Amino acid sequence: MTKKLVVIGAGMASGRAIEHLIEADKDAYDITLFNGEPRGNYNRIMLSPVLSGEKSYEEIVTHDDQWYADNGVTCRFGEYITKIDRDRKVVTGTNGEVAYDKLVIATGSAPFIIPIPGKDLPGVIAYRDLEDTNAMIAASARSGAKAVVIGGGLLGLEAAAGLKARGMDVTVLHLMGHLMERQLDEAAGYLLRRALEDKGIEIKCQASTSEILGTDKVEGVKLEDGTILEADLVVMAVGIRPETRVAADAGLDVNRGIPVSDQMVTSDHDVLAVGECVEHNGALFGLVAPLYDQAKVVAKTLLEETAEFAPKEVATKLKVTGCDLFSAGDFAEGEGREDIVFRDPARGVYKRLVLEGNVLVGAVMYGDTADGNWFFGLIKDKTDISEMRDTLIFGPAYQGGASVDPMAAVAALPLDAEICGCNGVCKGQIVDAINAGATDLAAVKATTKASASCGTCTGLVEQVLATTLGDDFVMPAAQSVCGCTDLTHEDVRRLIKSKELKSQAAVWQELGWTTPNGCHTCRPAINYYLLADWPLEYQDDPQSRFVNERRHANIQKDGTYSVVPRMWGGMTTPDELRAIADAADKYNVPTVHVTGGQRIDLLGVKGEDLPSMWADLNAAGMVSGHAYSKGLRTVKTCVGKDHCRFGTQDSTGLGIKLEKHLWGSWSPHKLKLAVSGCPRNCAEATCKDIGVVCVDSGYEISVAGAAGMEVKQTELLCKTDSEEEAIEIISAFTQLYRENGKYLDRVFKWVAKVGLDWCIEQVVDDVENRKALAERFEISQSVYRDDPWAKLAKPKEAEQFSPLANLTLEAAE
Amino acid sequence: MSWLDIGSIDDIPVRGARVVKTALGCVAVFRTDENEVFATSDRCPHKGGPLSEGIVHGKKVTCPLHNWVFSLESGEAQGADEGQIATFSARVEGGRILLNAAEIEARTAA
Repeated sequence: MTKKLVVIGAGMASGRAIEHLIEADKDAYDITLFNGEPRGNYNRIMLSPVLSGEKSYEEIVTHDDQWYADNGVTCRFGEYITKIDRDRKVVTGTNGEVAYDKLVIATGSAPFIIPIPGKDLPGVIAYRDLEDTNAMIAASARSGAKAVVIGGGLLGLEAAAGLKARGMDVTVLHLMGHLMERQLDEAAGYLLRRALEDKGIEIKCQASTSEILGTDKVEGVKLEDGTILEADLVVMAVGIRPETRVAADAGLDVNRGIPVSDQMVTSDHDVLAVGECVEHNGALFGLVAPLYDQAKVVAKTLLEETAEFAPKEVATKLKVTGCDLFSAGDFAEGEGREDIVFRDPARGVYKRLVLEGNVLVGAVMYGDTADGNWFFGLIKDKTDISEMRDTLIFGPAYQGGASVDPMAAVAALPLDAEICGCNGVCKGQIVDAINAGATDLAAVKATTKASASCGTCTGLVEQVLATTLGDDFVMPAAQSVCGCTDLTHEDVRRLIKSKELKSQAAVWQELGWTTPNGCHTCRPAINYYLLADWPLEYQDDPQSRFVNERRHANIQKDGTYSVVPRMWGGMTTPDELRAIADAADKYNVPTVHVTGGQRIDLLGVKGEDLPSMWADLNAAGMVSGHAYSKGLRTVKTCVGKDHCRFGTQDSTGLGIKLEKHLWGSWSPHKLKLAVSGCPRNCAEATCKDIGVVCVDSGYEISVAGAAGMEVKQTELLCKTDSEEEAIEIISAFTQLYRENGKYLDRVFKWVAKVGLDWCIEQVVDDVENRKALAERFEISQSVYRDDPWAKLAKPKEAEQFSPLANLTLEAAE
Repeated sequence: MSWLDIGSIDDIPVRGARVVKTALGCVAVFRTDENEVFATSDRCPHKGGPLSEGIVHGKKVTCPLHNWVFSLESGEAQGADEGQIATFSARVEGGRILLNAAEIEARTAA
């Protein structure tokens, strides 16, 4: 006679167990399946896409009525179990009794509801099943509806993202310091939070809920600090606990969950349990992978075959569109544990591997999780990674070879890997374009927009061309920085940011420099990149600067120097002129010259006289004019509306403000500005790096002019009617150039590479980005808006301008 | 051989140089990243650039005027350029920089 099997709960674990059982022996049991929900098994972890509208319920059903009918499963859906009589081996449902030979309890888990006032109000729900999901969808239908999600774990965030996608105002309250603290470390939690905030979800961490407010239905949430948040819907997603009531009522042993053996058998050898209601060796289960392993064991045990459940490491992925996140294993810090961390703040990528000895024990990834499963495999298999430790974090594409081969890495990238972050172009699109006839960089750029914006992915695009076309593609000889490295300036800039290289030693080491400390070509470039990217952390190295920037004066062909005091906006006073004349006399300056940037140049000064001459000029209120620097040089002005009958705005005033704002900043090359008071343009603003032409209605800001070996008119960046905004836009543009320009590219050369449109997007259209750039400029200026002359004129510093020893004097004695 | 104490190694910045004046011209004293000290003529044979103002990298210096590169050990111009600068014995003892008096005085007296 066929044995009778009763299964309580039609969830993912029991569904899988029944599948295995039927596959192995369809006739072994008569199966009766009870379920409290009025439906069969569906893919519960796909409720989030249903909530966000990306999938429908029908799409996530795993077993439909037909399947149960075909496999002879008697379904008792929408029916709760009132009693299990283990002596008689009978289960009683609301519609009557069923006898069993074997019983499987798969009651899953119940959401944990925080015991606070108001928890039972209508509008307070958990997020466990289709009913909850439908309630959330219904609540979001009213426009302007507000939701508060309590719990910033996996489930809460998926609920929040889904509700946001449905158009609700969503706030997430999380008790801990960072989101998903069980799966993520703080850094990844930060990136996740930023991504969710970018979607418009408000996040409050360390927020403890004290009360849910409302009379007939939920109206708000009160926090312990007294803050009150309005809410039409409150989702509690603070955790789950195993649903064990049926088992406890039946007199089975129950701890936190229902304890089971390795064979998934409870304290009654005819009763098994599976899924989230189970406790195995003290552990509870919430993710699907171990439940599927349990299901296999349940089927085997029911068929009287031997099998043992052994919990494995689990990996987590967050199903929120646009938040690519992966975590696996154990990543707590601890003795004997070491971290390998990779960060690319620009792309929002964070990867952390936790090693214990030569074994990978944990991995957290955010932004780029393509290699997640590979790392997960290493964790599960406890692979000895000592051989590949150096390149481990770069993933499987980098393993197996003696050295890092970027071509192999690109070839190994999947087609959906993003190559161009600015324009969201993935490898597949580029390959398609190449196959359709775009066989060089320019053609790929024109057809796909890849590398058409910031250009940092140019190398990658060329590598895709090379791997796709094979020998038909001739890689253009990328200009490396110098003989010390094969990397280009663009590569180096990208790597300094992404690998967080904050010292020259780190650059030489991490980027494989072939010389111990660079050469005269790369050292100034690297010094600039480091101080531009890490203004607060990196200390400017004078020994890596060309003599003019180290001596803060221009060396002349006879070894003497020229001194140019700053004249803000080209303005000076009789007192300043007298002090300059006195200094010229005192230090026997043979030549006094007026420069093209409205300054006075004192030529022919001896190196050892520089500090005392500067001290004299400082005493008269003047500072370095930086006429020697790859940085802000001059802001030239006309006299503007104060004097000129054509003047439309205070061009002199704006010029002075700009110069006081920008002075001292270093940039890839020199930076010259001008402000003209009317379109007659007496300050020649339209051939500067940045030029402002005042008009009646405001300020026209144009950039990328040149008046040197090449002559080029500026191109219009934007127009604004406010002086304040003009200064902000110019700061932001300057910072964009500072952060992205190749060392020794003037603005016009850099703009030709990245495109004016991109610059406009970055500093004009995207106001938030503009403000962020201006803010970063200000952070850098907090260090560099300072007079180097005053510093070097101090006795201790001034020494370096004199000989170490003078043996001619001794010889004379 | 007598050695002349010309100053403390700390008076020269790492990867930098200072000048010692002698009767016949300036001697550049270099300190490398590894805290080695070298002394050479301060004058580039190309256009007379002050080598002590150049960028010091490895055991080489680049002239600040036209980027000629010289070995601090041999005094030879590197790469495509042809030229030679005088080199002098120098050593560090107890943090003091010592130059060979005979060489320097010969230079002083000559």
